[in-house]
Amino acid sequence: MGFVIATETAARQATIWSHVRICASLAAAGFRRYSTYRQATIAGAATNITFGLLRTYVLLAVAGGTAAGLAAGYDRAQLTTYVWVQQGLMVVTLIWGWFDLGDRIRSGDVVIDLLRPVPPVLAYFAADVGRAGYAVLGRFVPPVLVGALVFGLYRPARWYTVPLFVLSAALALVICFAGRYMVNATAFWLLDTRGIDFAWVLASGMLSGLYFPLRFLPEWFTLTVWIGTPFPSILQAPADVLVERVAPGPTLLIVAGQAAWAAVMMVACVVVQHRAERRLVVQGG
Amino acid sequence: MIISVRGLRKDFTVRAKAGRFRRERRVVSAVDGVDLEVERGELLGYIGPNGAGKSTTLKMLTGVLVPSAGRVRVCGLEPVARRTRLARRIGVVFGQRSQLWWDLPLADSFELLRHVYRVPAAAHAGRLARCRDLLGLDEFAGRPVRQLSLGQRMRGELTAALLHGPEVLFLDEPTIGLDLVSKQAARSFLAELHRAGDTTIVLTTHDLADIERLCERLVVIDHGRVVHDGSIEALHARYGSRRRVVVDLEAPLAGPPELPGARLESVAADGLRLTYALTGATAGEVVARLAGAGELRDLSVVEPDIEDVVGRLYAAPTGVP
Ligand SMILES: Nc1ncnc2c1ncn2[C@@H]1O[C@H](COP(=O)(O)OP(=O)(O)OP(=O)(O)O)[C@@H](O)[C@H]1O
Ligand SMILES: [Mg+2]
Repeated sequence: MGFVIATETAARQATIWSHVRICASLAAAGFRRYSTYRQATIAGAATNITFGLLRTYVLLAVAGGTAAGLAAGYDRAQLTTYVWVQQGLMVVTLIWGWFDLGDRIRSGDVVIDLLRPVPPVLAYFAADVGRAGYAVLGRFVPPVLVGALVFGLYRPARWYTVPLFVLSAALALVICFAGRYMVNATAFWLLDTRGIDFAWVLASGMLSGLYFPLRFLPEWFTLTVWIGTPFPSILQAPADVLVERVAPGPTLLIVAGQAAWAAVMMVACVVVQHRAERRLVVQGG
Repeated sequence: MIISVRGLRKDFTVRAKAGRFRRERRVVSAVDGVDLEVERGELLGYIGPNGAGKSTTLKMLTGVLVPSAGRVRVCGLEPVARRTRLARRIGVVFGQRSQLWWDLPLADSFELLRHVYRVPAAAHAGRLARCRDLLGLDEFAGRPVRQLSLGQRMRGELTAALLHGPEVLFLDEPTIGLDLVSKQAARSFLAELHRAGDTTIVLTTHDLADIERLCERLVVIDHGRVVHDGSIEALHARYGSRRRVVVDLEAPLAGPPELPGARLESVAADGLRLTYALTGATAGEVVARLAGAGELRDLSVVEPDIEDVVGRLYAAPTGVP
């Protein structure tokens, strides 16, 4: 039937531009994939808002109990903004609850990912960017709006704070994606990854500043965690950038630290994937 | 040779429980020294009993599984080292896995694949139109993949595997679980594709009708080794499967006659039904002689049964020491 074979595509050189195009369409698919589940979005946003209320009242109580009305140097508006932005960001970065890759490794469906002409880390990342895009609309905006209406939010004083926050949030997504990817990829070696999943949930909750701002803890500890682990770069960093918790210089340092962690994590991710493929045993017939 | 395989092996180490606490490590040779040469445009049936090593071979040929030993070239590339590059030039359907985007309409998956494989719009549209035609995709192309029936999804999978115009198509049980109509559709689609001549097809299946209908060349493996490589006719010849003549008589004969060039295989229905396997004589000669011996009520000529010969092949010891 004249099925012309692929010599014409094989001859086309892979350019950066063509990879960008591929990633853009995978991202669009990721966006549409999540947008098909409207009810889940609404239910998820409602849960986020409920926990946002709890977290705000707890932090405000802490601040109210101090003489200056400050908690670890955050005033009321900064605290509420901290909480509500994080309530949205935790879904945008998807700090918890991503098992797609691990499930596909366990079932053997990961062969399908490996049979595409795009490196798996890149394909998964592109799809995740699309997912995050949908999460911004469906899961970030609603809690932030509620926070603004109920408590009022902090107004940044510096002109560059909002763009810097966007950059910081994007880096947070990269770091979080790479972390999740590696946690999932342990399924290539271990058939039961529940222990590692649990360790990730615990560490990322405690050390990312989600349960409480890390600045509540002794400075040496906070500093160690911030430099030594990627977790504060996921939620604490973007929130601190947005509420202008520190002076301009240190703020830039925070974002630079995120960039460094993003690079390290992505490289680690590619290395892990590469090693997995070398020893890969695809499960199932 | 578009596929060239020499001495391909894959050993899996499995840990099995041996006693209460001990676990024993055992090495399973899933593929145990396979040699295979496939020319461009061939349609190859790659068959064997459950656990023979068919899927394991296909995984190594497509680059998703690292061989334990041996040399593999597909489209001139080493599959594992050049996996993403090779991916552009091959199409794969694993019957029990989906390459479609589960939550998106089928048509969206096709569009996405066009981008992922960087297929020029015109070539994509042409191939898609042919698939839509031959596989009848139109009635469900707008539905999310998760809502499709197995047969509908498989037609989608076949299309998805072909949209980038692969040089080699690997099919691992593509007709598994399909009803007769869907199987027919898939089969005539593959026959059509083969006739066009530029796609090499490697087909793994347990459906012998697929094989009979489609494959000129059959490679049979068992316990990871090739036990037959040749045409279906060669297989019949090797296992002595013959055409048969079955006659129903009006009245039983005193003794069923011995015929030159034919072997009496069975006497049934109180001597009223005789079955002869042809070992040299023609069906006409046998019928003529029998008609001379007694009055015939009915007769039929039975073609050799692939089911039968493959069954014997699978059951036979494979010569593994
Ligand atoms: N991941 C694995 N770990 C251990 N052993 C495996 C693994 N995958 C396959 N095997 C073993 O390798 C052998 C060949 O398996 P394979 O899936 O290739 O068979 P197959 O010919 O495709 O069979 P079927 O017709 O049932 O699909 C089997 O004995 C199987 O148990
Ligand atoms: Mg199989």
